[in-house]
Amino acid sequence: MTTPMVSLRGVDKHFGELHVLRSIDLEVAPREVVVVIGPSGSGKSTLCRTINRLEPIDAGEIRVDGQLLPAEGAQLAQLRADVGMVFQSFNLFGHLSVLDNVMLAPLKVRKASKATARSEAMALLERVGIADKADRVPAQLSGGQQQRAAIARSLAMHPKLMLFDEPTSALDPEMVNEVLEVMTSLAADGMTMVVVTHEMGFARRVADRVVFMAAGQIVEVAPPAEFFDATRSERARSFLSNVLAH
Amino acid sequence: MTAVIENLDPLLRALGTTVLILVISAAGSLVLGVLITVARVSPIPVLRGAAWAYVQVFVNVPLLALLLLAVFALPDAGLLMPLTTTVIVVLTVYEAAYVAEAVRSGINTVASGQVEAARALGLRLSQTLRHVVVPQAVRAVVQPLGNVMIALLMNTALAATVGVVELTSATNKVNLVAAQPIPIFTAAGLTYMALALAIGLAAGRIEKKVAIHR
Repeated sequence: MTTPMVSLRGVDKHFGELHVLRSIDLEVAPREVVVVIGPSGSGKSTLCRTINRLEPIDAGEIRVDGQLLPAEGAQLAQLRADVGMVFQSFNLFGHLSVLDNVMLAPLKVRKASKATARSEAMALLERVGIADKADRVPAQLSGGQQQRAAIARSLAMHPKLMLFDEPTSALDPEMVNEVLEVMTSLAADGMTMVVVTHEMGFARRVADRVVFMAAGQIVEVAPPAEFFDATRSERARSFLSNVLAH
Repeated sequence: MTAVIENLDPLLRALGTTVLILVISAAGSLVLGVLITVARVSPIPVLRGAAWAYVQVFVNVPLLALLLLAVFALPDAGLLMPLTTTVIVVLTVYEAAYVAEAVRSGINTVASGQVEAARALGLRLSQTLRHVVVPQAVRAVVQPLGNVMIALLMNTALAATVGVVELTSATNKVNLVAAQPIPIFTAAGLTYMALALAIGLAAGRIEKKVAIHR
């Protein structure tokens, strides 16, 4: 059996009194797309953020590509460089042009040459469809364009795994699709992805497996067809009837 | 007015000393102040504590007391420096505390999400501070930093009390001989005003140029 790209075993986490993650077990295979859905407050974003240790955990173990997550420090930085992350609020660096946003980590972390970093960054911006915005600063871009820039920024590090933490939740409805299209094409290229989202259409079309969370627990894991058409748990059924009603 | 024109040479030389003290202390305090801010937000408790103590000491002790202490106590402790150098050192460490306070308020304007994004990309903490946080923090406080620099300019006049012949001291000396206080001190005052205005205008220009669009 191949090493899973991500493996969580007995992961527990509290925010003070709140038990946000309750003995989570999950494995994500290389090239697999796992979509995590669930009501807000279910712990799905926290789950996503523990995988690159933006949130440290209280108990259990997390491995990325077989490697146990190291404590904060140079080793963790090295591991994070291989794990792309896309945030709900884009988090582009406000003082840098879009091109410089994409080039920063390759230059400073990978020590790439300026020419290489630049040509790769331009190719990535081309790929996500905003090469013409390369010299703009983030605030001059629409939300959808900013998120695509943020995806390009992550891809510039050649990640072996991409984490998406509600990447379309802060976007106007008409901009959601342009971001989902980029993500769909990434999945088609074989990128390993963990996607926290409320986009049920995306989950159905692109996910290999859907993970449904509620109250800090994984309630149900199933391929999308099975999950949406033959939902096993009552909790997931009531969630789906709420989000799919409109 | 004749007294000013007749003594233009020593007055201009003294103005040169004022500007020299200003420029070197300004550069020094900006660099030192940013370093102190970085220490203040670092994850190392000892560094954080030291930076906090530094700011408390220099914000809460009068500059004149520090100057007198440095000029009269340091030689006693075996540290002998030219007077102007001593004044520059004292002004630098003193104003650095104010620079640090200004930059720290700028750091609070940088969204924590950007720090997370930088860490997620594999940047180490020092790289995150250097390439993401500090550049934006400083951009946000250009005008307050300009005000600190104007205060620094005014504070250079205190050098006169410890025997440095800068603009205020030279003006005073000319007046002792010529006894025309109104034109002499007005001229000096206008000169300080012109310098302060230049600093303010420069800060405004820089602020516009480096402003971060939001």
